[in-house]
Amino acid sequence: MKDLFGRSHKFGDNVNTDYIIAGKYKFKSTDMDDMAKHLMEDIRPGFYEEIEDGDFIVAGHNFGMGSSREQAPLVIKAAGISAVVAKDFARIFYRNCINVGLPVIECDTDSIAEGDELRIDLERGFVHNVTQHSKIKATPLPSVMVKILNEGGLAEHFKKHGGFNLD
Amino acid sequence: MKVCLMSTIAEKILSAHAGKKVHAGDIIVSSVDFMMSQDGTTPLTIKAFQEMNGKEIARPDRYAVVIDHNAPSPMESVSNLHKDMREFAEKHGATLYDVGEGVCHVLVPEQGYALPGTVIIGADSHTCTYGALNAFATGVGSTDLAAALISGKTWFKVPSTIKMQYDGQLPRGAYSKDIALRMCGRLTANGATYKALELCGPVIDSLSVEARMTISNLAVETGAKVGLMDCDQKVLDYLKPRARFAFKGVAADEDAVYEKVLVEDVSQLGPQIACPPDVDNVVPIEKVEGKELDQVFIGTCTNGRIEDLRIVADIIGKNKLAKGIRLIVSPASRTVMQEAMEFGYIQKLVKAGATVTAPSCGPCVGTCNGIPSDNEVVLSTANRNFKGRMGNTKASIFLSSPATAAYSALKGFIADPREVLE
Repeated sequence: MKDLFGRSHKFGDNVNTDYIIAGKYKFKSTDMDDMAKHLMEDIRPGFYEEIEDGDFIVAGHNFGMGSSREQAPLVIKAAGISAVVAKDFARIFYRNCINVGLPVIECDTDSIAEGDELRIDLERGFVHNVTQHSKIKATPLPSVMVKILNEGGLAEHFKKHGGFNLD
Repeated sequence: MKVCLMSTIAEKILSAHAGKKVHAGDIIVSSVDFMMSQDGTTPLTIKAFQEMNGKEIARPDRYAVVIDHNAPSPMESVSNLHKDMREFAEKHGATLYDVGEGVCHVLVPEQGYALPGTVIIGADSHTCTYGALNAFATGVGSTDLAAALISGKTWFKVPSTIKMQYDGQLPRGAYSKDIALRMCGRLTANGATYKALELCGPVIDSLSVEARMTISNLAVETGAKVGLMDCDQKVLDYLKPRARFAFKGVAADEDAVYEKVLVEDVSQLGPQIACPPDVDNVVPIEKVEGKELDQVFIGTCTNGRIEDLRIVADIIGKNKLAKGIRLIVSPASRTVMQEAMEFGYIQKLVKAGATVTAPSCGPCVGTCNGIPSDNEVVLSTANRNFKGRMGNTKASIFLSSPATAAYSALKGFIADPREVLE
């Protein structure tokens, strides 16, 4: 897996899936590019306009808490975000990210500032802060999740193997 | 290599479904006994099913599609998504619960699909409700659900377990919702992330099965994967007229290994309120008593069952709502609504000035039937009070038990139901 490059967009603790994409938009369409314009609009209006392809969302504890809506990781991906970095994640959101092929990285995010340039090495589990010339160790992903992520998500995994092939 | 023979309820159920002895931390592929998705998640499930080249559902009798989140449809785009769901269910032989049948997490137990010792996944985070029936039931996303529809299986990391034991006797005016809110306040929104909860003790034993579901329903608000309870005689009695398939209850081993055990005596517990904008922002009612309200909402998968409506109707009695208050009541299923009519609860509510809607999620998820206006204050019996949850980011939402909600609707402000119950 290639290293990921981008700028940091900093968020706090407990960013829930209603904030990521409000429930009312789930029923407008299944077009994620269209829905991506509303990413985080209730807590950070205009966020979509700030994103350049490859950027990262960097957050505190319990990112993605709340509902099971898969639209949450899908709109983050559709908005051009290449990975989410947080201290820890809510479990359904975390699974959904792996399943839709959006990398998630758990590490101490306190030292990362808004706009910092980051380089992320998923395989070795490091976040390099290019702006601050520092390196943060991340919790490595379990091998099962790396496998699903490397294959592009669970749908691709199923297409390739015709079912679960995680051993 | 750790030697660890004794198991929690979660480990035992997952061992039986993985075909080998498993323990906390293991990643396994598990068979799935029942699956559910609703109108917020089924459209993406269908999309994922097609992307995965799904041809048929492995066990169509074990899958229910429920139209509840935005029902009856308030707009054309929703109607079209509902139509796709009906066609998908019809084509694959799945069971469809259409508009008006009820809220998924009330229907699944009521219709006899949630069974002890089984593994259930639902494309909705409050699937953990069925833990009250001793089912390892958890919320997943649409892609996970599509994979399970095709293969009959899903993957899990076996969770470690926090045991919550409730001692004492629940005083008058405090209900299972108050226990549940207090649990969220105590554990916090991520206190049980990736973990299982086992909820037990004499207080849980004393509650009805319906009241227990309210507590398991809020397990996910602590980050937990499941909120498991024992399969006791009350569960067996509840299931006797409704269980659709054979089942066997699972108990934890006496020496099971828990991450931690928390014991709480609830004998002094009073009504609890979750303040905006977080479910774990919980205070005793005294701290917010008198807060003026614009709307009260009673219903949802947390507190829209017949017992809840009985409590509400008893408190409302022959009184009228406070001037300027809107009370919206959504019975959580068609059966609940029918019973509430037979017992005269609906008549009482309508006479008092309440608006009764079709069984659905509606205002809880901000889709229809009662979106608050700017700067309004709502008291709700639901399970979430996030900013914008009810469809308006400028409104604030407080959460309470049905008793607190009903009495507050009569007073026009957050009011302590013990004033009329004692």
